[in-house]
Amino acid sequence: MPKVTYVQPDGTSRTVDATVGHSLMRVAIDHGVDGIVAECGGNAMCATCHVYVDPARLDDLGPLCSDEEEMLDCTASPRAATSRLSCQLPVTEDLDGLVLRLPEEQL
Amino acid sequence: MITLDDDPFADEILVDPVPLHRRLRDAGPVVRLGRYDVWAMARADEVTQALNDPETFCSSAGVGLSDFRKETPWRPPSLLLEADAPEHDRARRTVTSVLTPKVVKTYRDTFAREAEKLVATLVERGEFDAVADFAEAFPLKVFPDAVGLPAEGREHLLPYGAMVFNGFGPRNHLFTEAMARGAVAREWIAEHCRAENLAPGGLGARIHEAASEFTDEERALLVRSFLSAGVDTTVHALGNAVLCFASYPDQWARLREKPERSRAAFEEVVRFTSPVQTFFRTTTREVEIGGERIPAGEKVLLFLAAANRDPRRWPDADTFDITRRAAGHVGFGSGVHACVGQMFARLEGEVLLAELARRVTTIELAGEPRPQLSNTLRGLASLPVRVR
Repeated sequence: MPKVTYVQPDGTSRTVDATVGHSLMRVAIDHGVDGIVAECGGNAMCATCHVYVDPARLDDLGPLCSDEEEMLDCTASPRAATSRLSCQLPVTEDLDGLVLRLPEEQL
Repeated sequence: MITLDDDPFADEILVDPVPLHRRLRDAGPVVRLGRYDVWAMARADEVTQALNDPETFCSSAGVGLSDFRKETPWRPPSLLLEADAPEHDRARRTVTSVLTPKVVKTYRDTFAREAEKLVATLVERGEFDAVADFAEAFPLKVFPDAVGLPAEGREHLLPYGAMVFNGFGPRNHLFTEAMARGAVAREWIAEHCRAENLAPGGLGARIHEAASEFTDEERALLVRSFLSAGVDTTVHALGNAVLCFASYPDQWARLREKPERSRAAFEEVVRFTSPVQTFFRTTTREVEIGGERIPAGEKVLLFLAAANRDPRRWPDADTFDITRRAAGHVGFGSGVHACVGQMFARLEGEVLLAELARRVTTIELAGEPRPQLSNTLRGLASLPVRVR
């Protein structure tokens, strides 16, 4: 199972086993990782599962769709070039070792 | 597969649907409801799966018991709720562009001011009806203000909503009574979906602007979705919230400790009480789900409320706990048809409950709560309370 690391704003991190096919939002929720709120449950409607992706790995993720693009303009913490919504990112074997930084704020 | 003979739309079930929901879940992942000759799902897994597979479980044949392919709907179908791709997606994109979290946040200060005013009045009174004076009063002020409706005529919103939500059920006495009571509201609603009757800058006017590629009639239908779905649902959630906190004073104490928990608390109210209890879908093909085979063209009743209390998904599912992580419930639906106003509803709930928690130490029942029976919604007709 690919391993994914979530890094909190204070620098503490957790590495968890990510089920292939689940979203990176759901992986965080299932493992009780703090800092992902995911109010809308994965429908790209709330922008509260915002993550910053390791820039070197951005290309391993699928492209932004228009819903995600629009929603990234609504994040509570500033949007960066590496910003994604974790509910829109399905886990694949290729993502092993991925590091996601969590924003200061989700709401 | 098990067939149950219960009528989920009968008064005695609607008064307390929880026992039926338990039996439905325990009967299996898919059950038959003999009374209406339809299928039903009540477990979190299957309900979520069906909601997220709109190609198989479609909405364009209606999300009530009535099959639009065989019966004429009582009103022109909604372009959002009662539509499928690609038409649905076009309408949905237009409405979401007007209701983004960013837009919703701009209403926070206004809502907070209104919440302060309302709660101050109620605290002074001490005893009041938490439905009429609180749960209805707040959304009936802030929501139509935001949409841009005039002050006169807002009394039509609740009867209209009651028609819509009872209209998803069978033609029982609730359906007939709601249609009779709401008849006078229909004309007012239709008029106030038109651009000339919506205040500039409001959400209604913004829908008309964003939907420039739609016909006049379609634009009015998009606004109608706001007026149909935006009030009763929130009203019931807020009324249910007060009942929850009056019934579980330990949870009220927890919210009082940290009023900023109100957003999570509102989420738990929606999970625990599911203001929207059920929606139908219609199968477009033969489908295997939960190990059972459902043929094409069948109505399937999805019990959102039962899924939200499924012990297979939720630890201590029947416990009201505002500190739990309630995200992932299907109280607002899930997938492409998930409630488009959910961020708006959350803001209303968050702001109003936080204000109440800051001003009120205890909430006690001052009389017997009276349920408001509906073929789709779960909520109260009245809730006499005393606050200190």
